[in-house]
Amino acid sequence: MTTASPASPPATGHLRFERVAKRFGAVTAVAEVSLDLAAGEFFCLLGPSGCGKSTLLRMLAGFEEPSAGRILLDGQDLAGTPPHRRPVNMMFQSYALFPHMSVAGNVAYGLRQAGMPAAERDARVAEMLRLVRMEEYAGRRPDRLSGGQRQRVALARALARRPRVLLLDEPLGALDRSLREATQGELRALQRRLGTTFVVVTHDPAEAMTLADRIGVMEGGRLVQVGRADALYERPASRFVAGLLGDATLIPGTLGAGGAGERRALDTALGRLEGFDAHGAGPEGAPGLLVLRPERLAPRPDGELPGTVLDATYLGDRVMLRVATAAGPVLRAAVPAGGAVPEPGAALRLGYAPEAAALVPEGPVSAGAPA
Amino acid sequence: MTALAERLRQVAGPVLAFGWLAAFFGLPFAIVLKISLSDPATALPPYTPVLDWEAGIAGWANLLAALDFENYRTLVRDPLYLDAALTSLAVAAGGTALLAVIGYPIAYAMARAARRWQPLLVALMVVPFWTSFLIRVYAWIAILKGDGFLNRALLALGLIDQPLAILNSPAAVMVGVVYAYLPFMVLPLYAALERLDRGLIEAARDLGASRLGAFLSITLPLSLPGLVAGALLCFIPIVGEFIIPDLLGGADTLMLGRVLWSEFFSNRDWPLASAVAMAMLLLVALPVVLFREAEARRLEREP
Amino acid sequence: MHPLARIALALGLAFLYGPILLLVVYSFNESRLVTVWGGFSTRWYAALLADSALVAATTVTLKVALASASLATVLGTLAAFALDRRRLPGRPLLSGLVYAPMVMPEVITGLSLLLLFVGLGIDRGLVTIVIAHATFTLSFVAVVVQARLRSIDRSLLEAAADLGAPPEQVFFTVTLPLIAPAVIAGFLLAFTLSMDDLVIASFVSGPGATTLPMRLYSQVRLGVTPEINAISTLLIAAVSLGVLAASLIAARRGRAAGVPV
Repeated sequence: MTTASPASPPATGHLRFERVAKRFGAVTAVAEVSLDLAAGEFFCLLGPSGCGKSTLLRMLAGFEEPSAGRILLDGQDLAGTPPHRRPVNMMFQSYALFPHMSVAGNVAYGLRQAGMPAAERDARVAEMLRLVRMEEYAGRRPDRLSGGQRQRVALARALARRPRVLLLDEPLGALDRSLREATQGELRALQRRLGTTFVVVTHDPAEAMTLADRIGVMEGGRLVQVGRADALYERPASRFVAGLLGDATLIPGTLGAGGAGERRALDTALGRLEGFDAHGAGPEGAPGLLVLRPERLAPRPDGELPGTVLDATYLGDRVMLRVATAAGPVLRAAVPAGGAVPEPGAALRLGYAPEAAALVPEGPVSAGAPA
Repeated sequence: MTALAERLRQVAGPVLAFGWLAAFFGLPFAIVLKISLSDPATALPPYTPVLDWEAGIAGWANLLAALDFENYRTLVRDPLYLDAALTSLAVAAGGTALLAVIGYPIAYAMARAARRWQPLLVALMVVPFWTSFLIRVYAWIAILKGDGFLNRALLALGLIDQPLAILNSPAAVMVGVVYAYLPFMVLPLYAALERLDRGLIEAARDLGASRLGAFLSITLPLSLPGLVAGALLCFIPIVGEFIIPDLLGGADTLMLGRVLWSEFFSNRDWPLASAVAMAMLLLVALPVVLFREAEARRLEREP
Repeated sequence: MHPLARIALALGLAFLYGPILLLVVYSFNESRLVTVWGGFSTRWYAALLADSALVAATTVTLKVALASASLATVLGTLAAFALDRRRLPGRPLLSGLVYAPMVMPEVITGLSLLLLFVGLGIDRGLVTIVIAHATFTLSFVAVVVQARLRSIDRSLLEAAADLGAPPEQVFFTVTLPLIAPAVIAGFLLAFTLSMDDLVIASFVSGPGATTLPMRLYSQVRLGVTPEINAISTLLIAAVSLGVLAASLIAARRGRAAGVPV
């Protein structure tokens, strides 16, 4: 995987956010978010807490009304439609299982509200419980279930009404690590089978990368970059995105001539280095950053980055080197385990392919969301 | 549900609930205030002036002109009322202090009891609260009176030669107050102590505090909100207490609640009774205001 | 548990229950002398039934308690819902209005309500006692229900709406079942407080509306008698059974609802 095609949304207009904003008093929680989702897509909103991702989800569910902009589902404006009339369902972070109803009662709740006949309802509940492998627990109360079981009941309940879009708010946040990884795979497989559009909110980059077809990164209420996991990783548009997904050493410098979609030079304390500017890092002479991923740096006799090994950490599948450069910045490079590992103090030259190093602006992205 | 119906639901409920309270709790105080400024009369109702609705504005003007502070002057001048106020405050303050001293060890023991026993212990504290106040105070008459259980027991044990005159004394009132209000002190204290993380005390001991030192530096300060809540729950009603001084107290334990009662029922002096009520209200409002101030400051410190 | 703590607990409980126990035991005393044991007898209980004034007062009390507790439960629950709102204009004043009746000395509440009824020209009797009791007990209901409301996870209500329930369905299928134990507890509390009240009822009652505590009080003032012991024992037994039943129900419901009681 060398270059990823810049992600372009399929743009079927299944679910559209048009300049959606939400202000709470003087606080802007969501600022002018525009986004297009395809039917059947698994989309992930990724960002730290307070970035506005949950507010965006809650606007979609109908618990908050946008201060500006529109949300369109299959061409229909959702404004003014109360939550209980929206063809979307949500899996809550706390699962929000009704404590006074059994597992089956929880799953049946939405169907009852829809006025589904009892026979059909029972069949649907059974089907849903089978889907999440909870048939044997139909009569149990939620407080008698483990965390993973509750998560599955919440999922079945939200899916029972066959929503056009399923919203998942930190769906795996309450699970412990090992269970979370197993459940990620199940969730992904389930979504493929059902073909329902999933919108997940998470703060965990690894989870977003595992689950989603496309990821939308949010920062400070703005959607700063949307794309496939590989595109975000290889071609981050900003320092924030570069740092959020994966490990990176950022080298500051001054941008040389060129523009978006080109290889450009960056004058740094380590000399003139080259990188790939995917999204337009800025005009010539502006400050920029070179994003060096550890696994893209390799010891090479003709490498452009000379340095001294500070230490080497064995991580099982690889060895992480910290290499001090004469000019200051400490580089991190991952070398395959099993090979020769340089001793601390050894002199070393590191090289990289300019196509594999992204150039991003020094500061935060000014405005808008580069797609 | 239409938007109009939803609005009605949103508005009608609060209007009904708060309207009721305003009509039957708020408005009456305005009337008490007005009557406390009126003069007694041998009429029905037994006070003057009475608002003449027919006279319109002039009626209101006449009413306002006839109001004065005569009753309050009586309250200040006649030592009976001042004594009653002081007795009320003394009994309330002393009783509350005694309750704190007696209630704290009990609450502490409850909080330290095994987890599975705690609900039972709480229930045992609550049951007396549900039992008739009048009956619980009445039960003490048989114990404290001249030929009561206490004197019989003490005589039988040879501790005293002749019966002690406890009933109808300030001591009996104090016993009644402590007995009747013990759950009000113990339960808030227990709630505060039960929440307390035992790890904090272990940490204090680990850092070199003695048992007593850990208690004084950790347990006591952290249970202070419970102590304050318990003290308020006891102090305020005790100031206005009627049943305990009436059944257990004597002539020298004349408290405000009894004074108000006798001014009203025996002397039929409604204006003076109203003035006593307003004075009592002032007495009990003070600690509440102080508490709210302290609470606001505490909340500011720890958001 | 530390031995000293054990002793404190034992003494505390003995202090709380000793007087009640003495009263109960001596209600079965053959002798009219209330502090001298003269053998077991239930004659004072039989005497109660013959006391028609006492039976009438009991009927009045039960009527008042039932009516005022029902009224207080509705009004108190409405107040709790209002106070639970995120946006409530004039909240400090309104919450003060709800909490104040709980700590207000009874003599003041009683006097002020009486003056209101006189001022409005309302005849005193059963109705005025019901209004008075509903007013001071609704605060207790509101506090109990509000505590429960506050403990409800908001996302449960959102989940119900998300699953297609319109607001009134959310209320009936989720909110109400979840607060039901608190509403029942509030009702029982209001009922007990109403049955127990002497001071407020004395102020606002009129001729022909004598409650049990008023009747008891007029007898108690004359001294301790075995009859009063007997009626007290019956009241204590009724309350104890009620509390026991209520806590059993609450414990079972609480377990089912996954919330501690």
